[in-house]
Amino acid sequence: MTHARNQVARAVLEGPDIHRALTRIAHEILERTRGASDVVLLGIPTRGATLAHRLAERVAQFEGVKVPVGSIDITMYRDDLRLGPARPLGKTDVPAGGIDGKTVVLVDDVLFSGRTVRAALDALGDIGRPKAVQLATLVDRGHRELPIRADYVGKNLPTAKSEKVKVLLSEIDGRDAVELLKGAEK
Amino acid sequence: MKHLISAGDLSRDEALLILDTAEELARVSERSIKKLPTLRGRTVVNLFFEDSTRTRISFEAAAKRLSADVINFSAKGSSVSKGESLKDTALTLEAMGADAVVIRHGASGAPHRLANWVRGSVLNAGDGTHEHPTQALLDAFSMRQRLGRIDGLKVAIVGDILHSRVARSNVLLLSTLGAEVTLVAPPTLLPVSVERWPCQVSYDLDAVLPKSDVVMMLRVQLERMNAAYFPSAREYSRRYGLDRDRFAKLHDDAIVMHPGPMNRGMEISAEVADSPRSTIVEQVGNGVTVRMAALYLLIGGENQ
Repeated sequence: MTHARNQVARAVLEGPDIHRALTRIAHEILERTRGASDVVLLGIPTRGATLAHRLAERVAQFEGVKVPVGSIDITMYRDDLRLGPARPLGKTDVPAGGIDGKTVVLVDDVLFSGRTVRAALDALGDIGRPKAVQLATLVDRGHRELPIRADYVGKNLPTAKSEKVKVLLSEIDGRDAVELLKGAEK
Repeated sequence: MKHLISAGDLSRDEALLILDTAEELARVSERSIKKLPTLRGRTVVNLFFEDSTRTRISFEAAAKRLSADVINFSAKGSSVSKGESLKDTALTLEAMGADAVVIRHGASGAPHRLANWVRGSVLNAGDGTHEHPTQALLDAFSMRQRLGRIDGLKVAIVGDILHSRVARSNVLLLSTLGAEVTLVAPPTLLPVSVERWPCQVSYDLDAVLPKSDVVMMLRVQLERMNAAYFPSAREYSRRYGLDRDRFAKLHDDAIVMHPGPMNRGMEISAEVADSPRSTIVEQVGNGVTVRMAALYLLIGGENQ
């Protein structure tokens, strides 16, 4: 981890932007899955799980469909575990109906290298066999290192590799925002 | 954390991290695929100089569920019975590239010595009458699972404290986590230094039971007794055994624990051992998850 002082944080999305992006994604999920009847939303902790719950609320609001929602921790499936000390685990909470034969929509806050999603796909495989897996992300910042793309994107955000994207959500951070932190030297 | 040798080495945060990690890992045991790829390519050696069934199997299951390679080494029929020293055995393991060595040894302090000779992490699976930290962790985990907390719990540990590594590890860990421990035993089965332990001592089980949230019964370790510590098994059982009448003195939410193996009819009656308020069977299952957590936290990250 780089610890940078005097970083300038620039807000690229404010609360209302995030609100609108999630509303659009919820509509797109309903459209693409024809009513979301067999959809399970699984967020990647910590903030992906919060976003999954927000999407489930909206889907219920728009069409009255109660979509099962949960979270899937990917720590034990990471490919960089040996590059740092052992990490604490996040919460895995698979809805009671399971994921077999369902369309699973993975939800994460930022899509970057794609390695987290790769780990999530491995984790899913150990829990069950979904009919299809889709990916929703609030921010796609580019710089993919694996052949992975998102099905639902809140905002495409061109970034330099050295920049950092920070997603703040009111449930965890007290306010909603997406901030871009300028290039910290390694 | 590099090694897990004494429960007393764990800070409150470290102990809670192990318990919280175990809580997440417990879900793995409920899935159809009970395996995680986390320790793929790592080697865990089970080095057992003393007989053990549940601890060895438990560590083996834990390592395998994390995809580690497991090498079992028991002293019987090995080069140790030909006179090899612990140090030479350790150097052999070192040459095999063990990332973690789980050791049970009859001599107190053996894991501590071993930690100086190998590069990998050492996990103490019981050394003489000294410590058994993963047992204490799984006991704490079981208490938290049943009663929702550890802080402020009143725990009575009853029986052969003198020969019990489980008792010592539990006293150290539980006091770190904020529980109040009372040891109950005949004076002959208490170690001399017990007044320096962070706990209270009583000789009267009947007085302690009504105040306890957890009663942990220990096995009378006849194999370690080379002198008469009490007049007869029957007299011991009458004064310190947990039978139906004593069980009735516990309050309604209190639980009964036993690290196993049990001597039914001696320190615990069959009826109490099989009651729904006994955690004896779930302690075994929890042992696997707690040991998974310990292995993950010790060798899941970078090599130090």
